[in-house]
Amino acid sequence: MRFVDEYRDAGTARALSARIAGLCEPGRDYAFMEVCGGHTHTIYKHGLEDHLPPAVSLVHGPGCPVCVIPMGRVDDAMHIARQDGVIMTSFGDMMRVPGSHGSFFDANAEGTDIRMVYSPLDSLKIARANPDRRVVFMAIGFETTTPSTAMTVRRAAQEGLRNFSIFCNHITIVPALRAILDSPDVRLDGFVGPGHVSTVIGCRPYDFIPRDYGRPLVVSGFEPLDILQSIHHLLRQLRDGRCEVENQYTRVVAAEGNPVALAAIDEVLEPRADFEWRGLGRIPWSAMQVRERYAAFDAERIFAPPGARVEDPKACQCGEVLTGVIKPWECKVFGTGCTPETPIGACMVSPEGACAAFYNFGRLRHRTLGAESGSAGNAKAPKAVSTA
Amino acid sequence: MTAAAQRGGAGGTGGAGGGARGPGGRGGAGVLDRVEAARRRRPKLRDTHITSAHGAGGKATATLIDAVFLEALRNPLLEPLEDAAVFTAGAERLALTTDSFVVTPLFFPGGSIGDLAVNGTVNDLAVAGARPLHLACAVILEEGMDVEELRRIVGDLAGAAARAGVSVVTGDTKVVQRGRADGCYITTTGVGLVDPDLHLGASMARPGDVVLVTGPIGDHGITVLLARGELDISADLRSDTAPLTGLAARLLTATGPRSDHSRHGEHDGRSEHRGHGGLRAMRDATRGGVATILNEVARASGVGVVVDEDAVPVRTEVRGACELLGLDPLYVACEGRMVAVVAPEAADAALAALRADPLGAGAAVIGRVVDEPPGTVLLNTTFGGTRIVDLLVGDPLPRIC
Repeated sequence: MRFVDEYRDAGTARALSARIAGLCEPGRDYAFMEVCGGHTHTIYKHGLEDHLPPAVSLVHGPGCPVCVIPMGRVDDAMHIARQDGVIMTSFGDMMRVPGSHGSFFDANAEGTDIRMVYSPLDSLKIARANPDRRVVFMAIGFETTTPSTAMTVRRAAQEGLRNFSIFCNHITIVPALRAILDSPDVRLDGFVGPGHVSTVIGCRPYDFIPRDYGRPLVVSGFEPLDILQSIHHLLRQLRDGRCEVENQYTRVVAAEGNPVALAAIDEVLEPRADFEWRGLGRIPWSAMQVRERYAAFDAERIFAPPGARVEDPKACQCGEVLTGVIKPWECKVFGTGCTPETPIGACMVSPEGACAAFYNFGRLRHRTLGAESGSAGNAKAPKAVSTA
Repeated sequence: MTAAAQRGGAGGTGGAGGGARGPGGRGGAGVLDRVEAARRRRPKLRDTHITSAHGAGGKATATLIDAVFLEALRNPLLEPLEDAAVFTAGAERLALTTDSFVVTPLFFPGGSIGDLAVNGTVNDLAVAGARPLHLACAVILEEGMDVEELRRIVGDLAGAAARAGVSVVTGDTKVVQRGRADGCYITTTGVGLVDPDLHLGASMARPGDVVLVTGPIGDHGITVLLARGELDISADLRSDTAPLTGLAARLLTATGPRSDHSRHGEHDGRSEHRGHGGLRAMRDATRGGVATILNEVARASGVGVVVDEDAVPVRTEVRGACELLGLDPLYVACEGRMVAVVAPEAADAALAALRADPLGAGAAVIGRVVDEPPGTVLLNTTFGGTRIVDLLVGDPLPRIC
């Protein structure tokens, strides 16, 4: 299949893998954080770590939007869904994220009408088809999905739809990266930078990372060869003594981003003074809310949800996983109390979540390192199993 | 292509590490064992209400069946949870199975709920090694349903029964109030005859066995998903719904005790229970897809299954739709595809027999049964890595970015 197979070629991967090994300084370990949940998913789905030398380890970052939604916001969404005549619509992987009283699926079993959609425009279709119902879109995601939410609100306004609103939970990546870099426990040598987010915001917003924190960042695509090449570029910078923002994903990402998308966001949404992130706590100016001008489409203004504050479960170490302080399997409840069937933390829910990806795809990798140290570094797997 | 050549090709891409070294060589203590111990514990049903996940064929379904149905109805025939129960009645060995069919939309490219209702039950008999005899059919209709539509469905049902060589010999009809059902639900029950010497089952797989599929996977699931018209994607795809009786019969003949496997060498004459000659198990890959079947085989037999991603036949249209929607074809439903596990010496004959039938023209060897790690399915990826292919909790959920 064109535009897919050429980015998954095992021969190219092996060649790149050899060059990566050649760039590693003997005796030095490297830890790189891949920021996006999409990257985490690719890494596990394709077994990418099998191509990395023992000295290079990957730390899974906070860029999984459903993983960082706090339980309080899920509870608020259910509060809205329980109001008279409401149809709540949501992206699929939000459906199983637990609030303090179960997930959207559980709420549906008790009578709410929460439907899965692929795009906010599908919500708009549902709103047009159900003029006697109030349709709310559970808007989540980083800058990747924010423009489509903004465009949808704009279209609803143009059409004069009166039964459509959004529950805005959009967040922004840069404050989260800053929070991670400011955390005293963090030991990272560089970042595999967001790909889809960067198609919107461009590469410049990351300039502070090499400048103020002395870490390189390579904006990366989502195919396995993209990520492998980005790791190569990070190591090349370290070897050459450079520290800068580099763009591996040039086929999609322009340095200045997408001005049309940015303008749409700015027209409909504005920065929110304060937002809670699951595991990371409250981060100022890290999220978006609906502007006064579009108040008629703001579910928070219409339904006034209670603004539930729910503490993360005590046993849950999602925060430490999301900041890369511990690996998924080092969490006290990983795979025992917290599994994809009965997730305690959100990292176990989405297939992009670090814990779910590791549990579903990468678990066996640990068998070879489990006996050794359990340390976060050097998670090395056996090579592919021969079927011959 | 012979099975050996197929295996060689597939192994060449996946076997970057060479040799037969399995993962988990060092059997470390710690988290993995803790996790595996937790996985072996009987799952507890914690849900207080039925959710859609309980109907998806994954872990939630298994937990519900175990905690509610098996708990109350436990008996030796039910316990293996095979596609059909096989038992003796008088001088005959019979297979009995039942299945309910709910699908939206009722009609889709390549078939309708009428085709599914026959083929689904016939296939559960066929993969148990049974020759289907008769079907019973119960229909629940929603008030207001168009009679012409019902006529078409029953017409499809009759056509499918004729193709499969079975007749519907008894039935029942109920009507519920408008809004209490989604048009039409159908339940079919089938009975078939089984050879007295035939012993097949998911628990019969042994290390060294070869895993085959009878054609490209995921056609039905993606066809129905697109036919709902909720996604702005269209593709030239048809459901694969079909009776597997012919393919099952061919496999049984090709791998049967009278066929000469020893010419492939390796015939060691051990008296271990070998199933039907070289055939260990057949399963139709419906809800939950091929991945779910392979997990059932791995768990029931206490073996590992290693699949080569490159060797798994998937149509470009299905792959494309899966890439766009964030789905994995290994979990997408088929309605006319079978997974077969055969002894290594029978693999060539099995593959040739399948490919001789138009329904099995796309058959392929996709993997092997191994010792370690037991109860686990591994995938050698096209990219040259290895990963686990686990049971899903519920329906596969699309990812947002």
